[in-house]
Amino acid sequence: MVDFKELSSLQIDALKEIGNIGAGNAATALAQMINTKIDMNVPQINILAFGDVPELVGGADNYAVGIYLNVTGEAATNILFLMEVEKGCSLVDMLMGRSPGSTQPENLSDLDISAMMEVGNIISATYLNALSMFTQLSFTPSVPALAIDMAGAILGAILAEYGQVGDSVLLLDTLFKKDDQDVVGHFFLLPEPGALDTILSALGVNF
Amino acid sequence: MSRIIQVGMADMKIAQSPDKLMTPGLGSCIGICLYDPGKKLASMAHIMLPSSLQAKNAVNRAKFADTAIELALEELDKTGAARSRLVAKIAGGAQMFKFSGDSDIMKIGFRNSAAVEEQLNRLRIRLVANDTGGNYGRTITFDPENGELLIKTIGYGERII
Repeated sequence: MVDFKELSSLQIDALKEIGNIGAGNAATALAQMINTKIDMNVPQINILAFGDVPELVGGADNYAVGIYLNVTGEAATNILFLMEVEKGCSLVDMLMGRSPGSTQPENLSDLDISAMMEVGNIISATYLNALSMFTQLSFTPSVPALAIDMAGAILGAILAEYGQVGDSVLLLDTLFKKDDQDVVGHFFLLPEPGALDTILSALGVNF
Repeated sequence: MSRIIQVGMADMKIAQSPDKLMTPGLGSCIGICLYDPGKKLASMAHIMLPSSLQAKNAVNRAKFADTAIELALEELDKTGAARSRLVAKIAGGAQMFKFSGDSDIMKIGFRNSAAVEEQLNRLRIRLVANDTGGNYGRTITFDPENGELLIKTIGYGERII
């Protein structure tokens, strides 16, 4: 099994490239849903100790919305779309056609929640489609689950799965931005330990 | 000068009054505080998983309920805490995501709580306060001066146990 720390620069580049294309498609899908221009950064490959992961999103007690999908198939992975709670609310404003600032964390309705889950669903499916095209592997996402709470609490349950085999996790991290400046959220792809081998082999960089 | 010592995920720290121990954002994870009221000495572990026995890699002992408590006992022993005086307070073990199915990730919080209680029982450490379960995150701060565990949440209030 590939030790995350021993990835070659070629392998890192290959992962970045599929992340770039996957996230590019996902950004387009998101832009269409909210009818706004969405930009993204070049995906980062982060190999982090569990305790350092919450720092990517402003610390473990930062108030956040997390949309989580478990992906099964030949290369099992987890997907987490994590936004600061204010960004989640402004995403709901845009989805529901409300004036900016009208949605607050305290008054999110069931419909608002399912709208956010649907965003998670669509961007994940788009991302995975691109990944599937490159690797010829099939990916089956679960229905999305949503939590609105401390970022560390949201991450903990997902990271625990990786704790069985190691002390660090590989995250393909893409930052979505609206109108060039306003950060929407982080899209994390976390391949399960054995799955990384499968993905790298499928990309032809398994050496 | 009192310091607040931060405990990360899968981490364990010791503090003596006037210092305090804090861990932010516990979800399904559990914060385990062991406390010697005589010495005003305490440990805090932030565990992620119930048992080291099922793990393929158990190098980091602070990650599992069973080994983290043992590690804390060893460290407390070195700093002169009396084993017979030790009591425990725990918090966390929530279920952060609701799915229609029931996969393992769902029950991890519950399994963590059960494992921590079982280990404390096995090691004959009295559990004097317990704030586990629910579906929300917790940030906890332990004060070895008076043995109070402060629990902060978003939307579920603040309490001391």
